[in-house]
Amino acid sequence: MTIKPIGPSVRKGKAPNPRPFPNAYLVGVGLGVVLFLSVLITGDGLGASGAVQRVWAWFESLIVPHHVDTNIYLVKYAGGDAQPLNHWIVMLAIGVLIGGLISGLLGRRVYTEIVKGPRISNKTRLMFAMLGGTLVGFGARFARGCTSSQGLTGSALLSIGSWIFMMAFFGGALIAAPFFKRLWND
Amino acid sequence: MPFPLDLHELGTPLTYTIFVIVGIGFGFMLEQAGFGRSSKLAAQFYFKDFGMFKVMFTAVITAMVLISAAATIGILDMRAVFIPGTYLWPIAIGGFILGVGFLIGGLCPGTSIVGAATFKIDAMAFLGGVVIGVFVFGESVPYFMDFWTTSDLGRFTLPDWLGIPTGVIVLFIVVVALLMFWGVWSLEKKTGVADPADSPKAQLIGAGVLVILALMVLVIGDPTTEDYWDAVAGEEQPRLDNREVQIHPGELLELMNDGYKNLILLDVRDERDYNQFHLRAARQIDPTPEAVENTAPDLIGLNSRTVIVTMSNGEDDATEAWKSLTANNVINTYILEGGVNAWLDIFGEDADPKPVNYPDEMAFTFTSALGGRCVASDPDAHEFHLVFEPKVEIAAAGAVVGGGCG
Repeated sequence: MTIKPIGPSVRKGKAPNPRPFPNAYLVGVGLGVVLFLSVLITGDGLGASGAVQRVWAWFESLIVPHHVDTNIYLVKYAGGDAQPLNHWIVMLAIGVLIGGLISGLLGRRVYTEIVKGPRISNKTRLMFAMLGGTLVGFGARFARGCTSSQGLTGSALLSIGSWIFMMAFFGGALIAAPFFKRLWND
Repeated sequence: MPFPLDLHELGTPLTYTIFVIVGIGFGFMLEQAGFGRSSKLAAQFYFKDFGMFKVMFTAVITAMVLISAAATIGILDMRAVFIPGTYLWPIAIGGFILGVGFLIGGLCPGTSIVGAATFKIDAMAFLGGVVIGVFVFGESVPYFMDFWTTSDLGRFTLPDWLGIPTGVIVLFIVVVALLMFWGVWSLEKKTGVADPADSPKAQLIGAGVLVILALMVLVIGDPTTEDYWDAVAGEEQPRLDNREVQIHPGELLELMNDGYKNLILLDVRDERDYNQFHLRAARQIDPTPEAVENTAPDLIGLNSRTVIVTMSNGEDDATEAWKSLTANNVINTYILEGGVNAWLDIFGEDADPKPVNYPDEMAFTFTSALGGRCVASDPDAHEFHLVFEPKVEIAAAGAVVGGGCG
């Protein structure tokens, strides 16, 4: 079963017609400039997983406030009167959502779709997407940052931990690749 | 140094607006890179699409070169930039798990937000998974907190570790990255998966600009304490000239007996003089610029009751130390007026005066090296009733800007 492409970038009854992606090096320079401006202006780089952490901590403290107050990790995000959403990284994530949408609209790429390898079903893809997301969420908190903060930002700031992170990240993905060939290849 | 901006001064609404705008730029670039599409990212690890590798490493070297260039010409104060701490093992293990999850799920937290923004349903499922992973981590980390906080090397950068200038490392990384891009380019040509948007000429020019900027960082070099002093001299030199920071021995005695304040005494005389006589709680630091500079990191971020007083025999070396500490962002620092000589003049009953040949020479002799065991090392405040103009005023510590992937 295929998902019907619906969204602002497809006309009724027409197939999606996304624009091609621009030169990767050019986009890399653009991303590097954004990161530079972020560090220059705010003294902080880019990040993403921290925002998920904060949204979740906020949610958890709504349901089980006592539990959050007694968890030595969560308490610093949402213990007592702490406002987990009142943090710059949450604002950054809101911006990412808006920026991604703007860019997608310009590239005619905003429509419903399940992006996957050709050999697997939608259901399989969604299951593995969730499983991968779980590992990534866990790993990102374990490493104190994800590909954006530890990876991009920390490496550009020459942090040793970040270069170790990069090697571990690429190593993990390369070692896993042969085992999950079916997911992505024909 | 004008950057980074003092966000607390800007206020919350403006600060948050800045972060939303930065986020828009970030999200825009991730989408332009095609990072909202899991299959494009995963294809990297089957060597069918080098987009991810190209974008990531171009971004890293571009940002690295621009940041270090801004620091080297003195518009960006790297000391105020948040650098994620290096927790060796947790980072290595977390990074590995993240890498495996990335291959299975095809996205990472930032790119899944972009994917979700462009209606990609798999990205939404992935993002749901990230929430689960974050939940599992938050619930389980109390059980392995000891491990998670192990091997903490703090703020630890490649120049710190290797002890070589930033410029050398920046240039090295740029050259290695460019060589890898060249390798990718020849591989793409061989396998026929070349990027249709390739533009060899423009890419070559970009590479040239990066190398030139890296060379500039190398030639100008890392900012020194003198550079930092020059940046604050306009504000701080008048305080020295107006003698606002030179405190009377009587005020120091009062501070020594003030149980509320956290007093740090830095004695910047050589070991011989220090062994002859020193204030009981004083810590000796060699009067070399490096030795003083190296203590600065330990003196930043102490509690707001901390007062630091530098002293030499006269005032010369103590003033140099004061300048060096102030240049390195150490606050609430003062100089003992007239130095140890003035101190002994008042409190040193068993010290014999002797003539001095230069201003920072010890003007007293002792029958033996008493160190901190002399009465004058910790005089009884009740015995002296000194008149002085109090000068110590504790300034609030500058707000810490950083916060990381908090």
